[in-house]
Amino acid sequence: MTPLLQVEHIAKFYGSRIGCTDVSFDLYPGEVMGIVGESGSGKSTLLNCLAGHLTPDRGAVRFDTRADGLRDTVTMSEPERRMLSRTDWAFVHQHARDGLRMNVSAGGNVGERLMAVNARHYGEIRAQAIDWLGRVEINEDRIDDRPTAFSGGMQQRLQIARNLVTGPRLVFMDEPTGGLDVSVQARLLDLLRGLVREMNLSAIIVTHDLAVVRLLADRLMVMKDGHVIETGLTDQVLDDPQHAYTQLLVSSVLQV
Amino acid sequence: MIRIENVSKSFVLHNQGAAEIPVMQGASLRVAAGECVALVGASGAGKSTLMRMLYGNYLTASGQMIVGDLDVAKAAPREIIQLRRYTLGYVSQFLRVVPRVSTLDVVAEPLLMTGTSMDDAHAQAEILLARLNIPQRLWPLSPTTFSGGEQQRVNIARGFAYPYPALLLDEPTASLDPTNRATVLDMIAEAKARGAAIIGIFHDAAARDAICDRQLDVTQFTPGLAA
Repeated sequence: MTPLLQVEHIAKFYGSRIGCTDVSFDLYPGEVMGIVGESGSGKSTLLNCLAGHLTPDRGAVRFDTRADGLRDTVTMSEPERRMLSRTDWAFVHQHARDGLRMNVSAGGNVGERLMAVNARHYGEIRAQAIDWLGRVEINEDRIDDRPTAFSGGMQQRLQIARNLVTGPRLVFMDEPTGGLDVSVQARLLDLLRGLVREMNLSAIIVTHDLAVVRLLADRLMVMKDGHVIETGLTDQVLDDPQHAYTQLLVSSVLQV
Repeated sequence: MIRIENVSKSFVLHNQGAAEIPVMQGASLRVAAGECVALVGASGAGKSTLMRMLYGNYLTASGQMIVGDLDVAKAAPREIIQLRRYTLGYVSQFLRVVPRVSTLDVVAEPLLMTGTSMDDAHAQAEILLARLNIPQRLWPLSPTTFSGGEQQRVNIARGFAYPYPALLLDEPTASLDPTNRATVLDMIAEAKARGAAIIGIFHDAAARDAICDRQLDVTQFTPGLAA
């Protein structure tokens, strides 16, 4: 089986500081990988390098494109990369306002992604928007409201609908449940798990919340100071951590 | 079906003076299809550890851990994910679920993961829950608020939803009343009859004698405990 994403020796430096370095892994279709580490460990830098928001200083990020198979997204042209990020990729930001247009209606936010891939029929776009609002549990009668009138959890669900409406194959998520209260978080996790299974999505989730990765991710990567220090099956890394830092991380979680 | 050859394992606690604790040495075991083997030994002897190593939940330091045609001790994460999806089931002592997900969906999930349709998976889950005496009014609720015995039964229903060729059972009959205990023993017997290779931990000696073909004392593999 061809991996959906093949990452080889990615490195990003901020001047002489290490953002992240020597990161390599393969991600297969349907797999969800978590990246954990404390703030400053390089996990967001890595995610942004993978998603084409930052240009890595070294390494290759090969994505299995529908037309030509594995292509290095670091060296491909800007229009090609932007096309990927509108079709096969999705990026869910921690703060919904970074991923939404706050002064456009909820329906417009979902419809915009569709229009970017050349949907033009108003009725069809609106029907798809309604369908997706339903799937993320937003009531149809809120379709013409702006996200500014939504709660934090609803904004996050709207962002997910906007991202998934084009049927992407790879979703990048940066702390998707950060800043939400726990009951909203649980609902969002349940929603994401269902979508991953139904759409056979692959996902890379950056978070510092070990409980979130245990429930969502098949595999886990632990980062510290820009380096990957441990990888493996999620439950194995959490239940039998090998590296001193991972042991510290796992044992520091407060029990509820 | 299951072949464990000369495996060892130790825990290194880096944050507690790098203490190295050997927990398993020279463990070997073979389980054929349709056979049930009980792991016995005092608490702390390594019964659950051996089971978790076999499931890929704990890393194996050396030796072979073969389930079907995969060596779990050396397998890549995605190979273990496939193994857990289609070949190796595990009923742990504790239920771990996403909050808010209904009991019916919790039990149906292993079937959905293997491509069964939602309707068929739910139908199968309903049969199992009814058989294990979980009241129907509880099915739409999340099991997180259930009693210990109810959670245990939901966990068993989930573990038996898909017909895995190999099963690991960690105390499946603990905290169950006699009626449900008998049902669970029946389910284990049925799994054996369809050819599943089973490794179990049973503190309940009567249950162990009723269902297991032989037993293995893991104390002999515990470094520092063996005579």
